[in-house]
Amino acid sequence: MNVVYLDNNASTRVADEVREEMMPYFSELYGNPSSMHLFGGQVHRRIETAREKAASLINAEPDEIVFTSCGTESDNTALMSALQTMPDKKHLITTRVEHPAIHSFCKLMYGKGYRITFLPVDKQGRLKFGELETAITDETAIVSVMYANNESGVIFPIEKIAEFVNSKGVLFHTDAVQAAGKLAIDVKKMPIDMASLSGHKMHAPKGVGALYIKRGTRFSPLLTGGHQEAGRRAGTENVASIIAFGKACEIAALNISAENYRVKTLRDKLENGLLYSCPGAQVNGDIEHRLPNTSNISFEFVEGEAILLRLNEYNICASSGSACSSGSLEPSHVLRAMGVPFTSIHGSIRFSLSRYTTDSEIDFVLEKMPLIINELREMSPYT
Amino acid sequence: MWEYTDKVRELFLHPHNVGEIKGADGTGDVGSIVCGDALKLTIKVDKASETITDAKFQTFGCASAIASSSAITDLIIGKTIDEALKLTNEDIAGYLGGLPREKMHCSVMGREALEAAIADYRGETKAESDEGTIICQCYGLTDTKLRHVIKENSLRTAEDVTNFTKAGGGCGTCLPDIEKLLTEIWSGKAILTERTPLKKLTNIQKISMIQDLIEKEIRPLLQSDGGDVELIDVDGTNVVVSLRGMCSECVMADVTLKNIEKKLKEMVSNDLTVTIS
Repeated sequence: MNVVYLDNNASTRVADEVREEMMPYFSELYGNPSSMHLFGGQVHRRIETAREKAASLINAEPDEIVFTSCGTESDNTALMSALQTMPDKKHLITTRVEHPAIHSFCKLMYGKGYRITFLPVDKQGRLKFGELETAITDETAIVSVMYANNESGVIFPIEKIAEFVNSKGVLFHTDAVQAAGKLAIDVKKMPIDMASLSGHKMHAPKGVGALYIKRGTRFSPLLTGGHQEAGRRAGTENVASIIAFGKACEIAALNISAENYRVKTLRDKLENGLLYSCPGAQVNGDIEHRLPNTSNISFEFVEGEAILLRLNEYNICASSGSACSSGSLEPSHVLRAMGVPFTSIHGSIRFSLSRYTTDSEIDFVLEKMPLIINELREMSPYT
Repeated sequence: MWEYTDKVRELFLHPHNVGEIKGADGTGDVGSIVCGDALKLTIKVDKASETITDAKFQTFGCASAIASSSAITDLIIGKTIDEALKLTNEDIAGYLGGLPREKMHCSVMGREALEAAIADYRGETKAESDEGTIICQCYGLTDTKLRHVIKENSLRTAEDVTNFTKAGGGCGTCLPDIEKLLTEIWSGKAILTERTPLKKLTNIQKISMIQDLIEKEIRPLLQSDGGDVELIDVDGTNVVVSLRGMCSECVMADVTLKNIEKKLKEMVSNDLTVTIS
């Protein structure tokens, strides 16, 4: 049976063109890009081509792109750099709905004596902008706000936020891991100082990411060692994955509007279909400003992990914000920050589509999901 | 992804004895929808022989909660009340071919529902485990209940206590108390006794300590969960606060308040109470 993969905010399938592009670097093109000989040097040139492709996805200059090992490394590097280059500033601003890559870093810094402001969101998951205006001070080293949320799909008004933060003379970083490849990002149109990207969220393999660092931004590397990445990220390059990352960016840039229109149409079909066929279901998050591929729905009186495992029986992959499926006993911090009642969080399911999602797959989910919800509700003491 | 046994999978996909017995002789209701799992067990008992002739369950929860619920009904039908009471949560887990360690609390919940249903049948109003002092505010667990599960399952670490009961799995502030409870049980020494009273403070000292604690410890914790708290007034021994953000709308607001009170009692003075402005 084919897998119906609707968990693309967790990871994506490597595109065939991307895989083909990276294969030679596992066999004949194995030289070290830092070597003096042509054998290694030619690899260096291919990395620079990949850098150009990654840069053009967000309209950056190639020298503004640093390749990293993942989105988390990009996030950690950006925040740590801000703190290292401004040792007298002891305040960080972020949001309550960030990815753990930002959240945990901030909590760690809190333990080291930094003051952290976690900006709240409203019931639709929209950032309370007014709180940013009052939180920012001369002490603030950096403001980090995600471009789009991985769980709700809600897109934050990054242009407005970046302009405000910039007007206060404070650094601005955005975790654009979920947005890149799905939304047209133009770093020349707004004063973003740093932005994090991840390969495996846009059909490149796991283990590669990038950090955009605007020209002129003071920077301190997280990893020290060799002079790779112009001294901004030591360590021999993950060549094959970097090549793949470049190719994935190239494809994403070409397809961004057409594919996203198609994906959005499928997402809406899925969402509306489920709301129609499953009473007691509601969408979490601002439906106007949302990633085109993401739908987060709460099904009352049933528990998320149970839904996921029933879906699993039909080879349908999704994810949940429930406590049981998180591996801890705590339900989703994103949905809690939005004020979604616990009862609804436990029954929340996130479907995230990709350009590989087909109409017949959506039909299949629309056929199976009401059965699953009904069966579980029949078992529930609350219905 | 959890590693479930085939038996768990089978009973999750095709559970036995789903439903509610009309005119049941005993009902056991445990857990809550807020905590993420809940189980309602109903039993039919033959009065003459005290044998459980039928049992049905309704469960809100994950795969292992549903499978554990189904398992308990399979295990008790045909048994006498006394035989059924001898079942432990290990028996439930064993029937399922084992549960992931982190999911053992599902088997404990099954066993609790059984106890509650039998107590209801016998006309007892309150189960023994409901008495005692609350250790885990998040999940409302008492020391009596924790002691019971710790001893029955020979638990040695706080992590396992969380796996088996959920205690400490919420905000985590009670983890030190769980550690103390474990030491007390396994060393045989009383540790979790009354804390030595702190020396009397002047009002100004007290207010500044309260302010400090709220600012440095309580607010960051609440903020990271989307809430906030502000100190409004200290009136004698009554600390008046106002809950903001998530906390003010949260169903757990009472628990939050009790946690703040506990922290203040512990760190500042035992006679403090906390109220909302």
